[in-house]
Amino acid sequence: MEFLDGNAIGGTLYYVFGCEMTVAQAACGHCGARGPLAECEVYLGGPGVVVRCRVCHDVMMVLVEVREIICVDLGGLKGLELLAGANDQSA
Amino acid sequence: MAGTAVLGRLSWRVATVTTVVDETPRVRTITLDVPDWPGHVAGQHVDVRLTGEDGYRAERAYSLASAPGEPPMITVERLEDGEVSPYLTRELRLGDAFEVRGPIGGYFVWRPDDGGPLFLAAGGSGVAPMRAILRERRNSMSEVRARLLYSSRTLEDVIYRAELHDEDVVHTLTRAQPPGWTGYARRVDAALLREVAWPAEDGPLAFVCGPTSFVESVAAGLVELGYAPRRIKTERFGGMGER
Repeated sequence: MEFLDGNAIGGTLYYVFGCEMTVAQAACGHCGARGPLAECEVYLGGPGVVVRCRVCHDVMMVLVEVREIICVDLGGLKGLELLAGANDQSA
Repeated sequence: MAGTAVLGRLSWRVATVTTVVDETPRVRTITLDVPDWPGHVAGQHVDVRLTGEDGYRAERAYSLASAPGEPPMITVERLEDGEVSPYLTRELRLGDAFEVRGPIGGYFVWRPDDGGPLFLAAGGSGVAPMRAILRERRNSMSEVRARLLYSSRTLEDVIYRAELHDEDVVHTLTRAQPPGWTGYARRVDAALLREVAWPAEDGPLAFVCGPTSFVESVAAGLVELGYAPRRIKTERFGGMGER
C-alpha cells in the first residue's frame, strides 16, 4: 500500500495536540530513529491513520476517530519533542 | 487563553469560491474567500472537507498555491475515482462554499529568511506549493537563486505554464513530447539531477513535492549528490491524499 508522510495529517495532529506538530521530533520506540513527524510514513487507507517509522517501518502512532472521539495510541513512540516556541513563528 | 486562540485558528470555516481558473483539462485553481484568514507561509496547506446531503464527509489536504499576503488558492487535480477532486474540478461554481481548516504545516515551508539556494522539484500537481514559494521569493525581492525541476506527463499537463515562463524552470515530459521538444523526456533520476540541481557544495535548500514514488527517487538522488538530508524537505501525495 502506498504511504504518504506526516504533512498529510498536519491538520489532524494540530486538532489532537493543539499546535503545529509536523516539525515535532518523534523517536521510534523500536529502533530509536529520530526525525520530524513530517518525515514519518503515514498510511491513510485503513479505518484510521497509521504513522510508521521511516527507518524500521514499525508502528509509532495510530489515530482513529470513532463517533466523534479520536483515540490516539502513542505506544510505538519513545519520545516526542517539540521545540519550545516552535509554534510562535509557524502559522 | 492563548491556547484557545490558537485552537480557534484551526477550526473549520466556510470558504467561498471567488475565482476559478482551469489550468489544464484536469487541473483547476480555486481562489477562496475565508473569513478571518490569518495569512499563511509559502508551502503550507489547507484541509478541505465536503459534506454530502446524507452527512457523509470526505476530507483532503491541498497545498496553498498563492503567496503569503494573497488570498488562499488551491490547485486541484481531478482523480476520476476520487471523493473530493471530481466535485472541486467539475461541479464547483463561483459563489459555492465548502469547509476548510488551515493554514497547516511548519515543516514544508519557506520564508525569505530561510535563504537558499533553492532547488525545487515537483511532480504533477506537486508544483502548487512551489508556485507559492516562487511567488514569495519574487514578492519579497529575495536574491536567493531558485530553480524548479518540474516533471509532467505531457506538455498539456503543465500547470501554471505562463507564469513559470518567467522563472528558472527545467521541464521534463515523461509520457509524450511535442514535435521539436528539446527538454528532458524521462523520469527524474540521479543522472538528471546531477545535470539540473545546484551543486551540493553551494549548500542548497531543497523542496520536493509530488507522488510518493517521485519524492522517494528525487530525495534519494539528492542525498546521493551530497545534499544534507535535513535540508531536503519532502511532501508526498497520492490517491488518499488526493490533489
